[in-house]
Amino acid sequence: MNQSRRRRIGSYFGTYAFWIFMTLLTLIPIWWMFVVSMRTRVELFGRPNLMLSRLYLENYSNVLTDSAFQRYMTNSLVVSTANALLVMILALLATYALSRYKLAGRDNIFFWLITNRMAPPAAFLLPLYIMFTRTFRLGDWTLFDTQLGLVLLYCVFNLPFAIWLLKGVIDGIPIELDDAAMIDGAGLWGVLRHVIIPLSAPGLAVTGILSWIFAWNEYLFAANLTSVVARTITTALAEFVTVTGTNWGELAAMSMVTLVPSAVIVLFAQRYIVMGLTFGAVKE
Amino acid sequence: MRNPRVGWALLSPTLIILLIFGFAPFIYVLVVGFFDWNVFAAEDGLRFNGLDNFRRLVFDDLFLSSVGLTIRFAVFAIVSEIVLGFVLAQMLTRSFPGKSLFRIIHTFPLMVAPIAVGAIWRLLVIPGFGPVPFFLDRWLGLTYQIGTYPDQALMTSVLMDIWHWTPFVTLTMLAGLSSIPREPVEQAKVDGANRLQVFWYVTLPFLRPVLLTTVFIRIMDAIRTVDEVWMLAGGGPGTRFTGIYIWRVTSPAASADWGYGSSVSLITLYLTIVLCWLLFIAISGRRKGEVE
Repeated sequence: MNQSRRRRIGSYFGTYAFWIFMTLLTLIPIWWMFVVSMRTRVELFGRPNLMLSRLYLENYSNVLTDSAFQRYMTNSLVVSTANALLVMILALLATYALSRYKLAGRDNIFFWLITNRMAPPAAFLLPLYIMFTRTFRLGDWTLFDTQLGLVLLYCVFNLPFAIWLLKGVIDGIPIELDDAAMIDGAGLWGVLRHVIIPLSAPGLAVTGILSWIFAWNEYLFAANLTSVVARTITTALAEFVTVTGTNWGELAAMSMVTLVPSAVIVLFAQRYIVMGLTFGAVKE
Repeated sequence: MRNPRVGWALLSPTLIILLIFGFAPFIYVLVVGFFDWNVFAAEDGLRFNGLDNFRRLVFDDLFLSSVGLTIRFAVFAIVSEIVLGFVLAQMLTRSFPGKSLFRIIHTFPLMVAPIAVGAIWRLLVIPGFGPVPFFLDRWLGLTYQIGTYPDQALMTSVLMDIWHWTPFVTLTMLAGLSSIPREPVEQAKVDGANRLQVFWYVTLPFLRPVLLTTVFIRIMDAIRTVDEVWMLAGGGPGTRFTGIYIWRVTSPAASADWGYGSSVSLITLYLTIVLCWLLFIAISGRRKGEVE
């Protein structure tokens, strides 16, 4: 018994050594950024010290009280939240239609949906720029540099995976429940409200969360389709470097702020991330 | 009872948004790629020039080298991620106390904004105060400067990609491994197969669909990598990948040559599709060979 116990501890020892090593590899880069965010410009140079020497919060307070940065952050929050809500609503309606109605060519619609996501976004930058600045205009107003533009555009990337994710969920709700509700006198909205939404709530939540984080993380379109008013937090990070004499401490502080939602989401929605990233092709 | 018209009505907002912001740009690229459209040219507007843009593209050294560089980047990164991800997933199939904590930490990079990943790695490797160049110099006497040496920049991008995306491979592999039925594995062991043989003849065939999906998605990602590498190296030598090249050529601010930009986009879309198709053929073809 003693021997087998020792052997078990021994096998755990190897496992833990391996995982602690992997965890360090994952965390050290982030830790270093945290350390940089806690230093003044002078303290940064010289021998790199991986330990936190003291709590120096000025980088954070500088960043968080800066009015431009506050605007960027508000924009990011507004765009991500509006996009997540819109994607949840549209995807629910679309998936319900694809799941319950006999629509001509619905399998092809599916395939076409993913192709939207596969393309390299940079390839569509130019047409979207022209569309945003020239096609959609009312007098002086254009879609360029508006939160609305980004919200609608991110739907192109979020709707396909949202529909794929929800398709499995809604297909799993027995159609008899719809019918029963209809016999009880419920209309379309009644069925959605009393049957579909409550039963697909977890799937809807995951859809919303993953859409939110994709919108929050997006850079390329935000950088090229906005200029001042609707800039988001990711573009702020990139701009910071090009300005001469980068303040690395503030850049690190700003990056740390953008990490917060990611951390929260990994904690709470970890299991569903893969389903979201593979269009549900890989389930857990 | 269920009128298809209601179905189309429910589907229409989604279709409209995707047609306008997803499909219309594609059509645009398809058409304008065959035109000469220079915004600052004397005569404004489009002039049809057939395949001129594509002829120019074939001799565009910057574009060709970007494709070569992207392929190298993708091969190094994806092969390492698959191997590492498989090992990690294998380690996660057995249970031990604290497993979920390690798993959560390991998943974290996946949700970090690519631009922030770029910032994290830039801070690590920046000359002057980054720990990586400092300790490489101190301990191994190596000069490490991604701004100067293209190979180092490429390798740093590969490492960054591995840091960022291995968790994705781990999770897909884990999903694949846990869906493998027990019996064939046991059967093979009873028949006297060693671990390598079990892996090669039982586990791998079962994993093939998941493996295929993962590689497929990672290739798509590698081709469109822009943000993180741009943030890491600012488009320096060794990191001018196709994604970045397209971005520079088609970026409205940097380029006035919109016809050429469109043809570059078109070719890249085409390359993406061909690559995935080749991959699919390669993997499904080998499988057929094994069965015979």
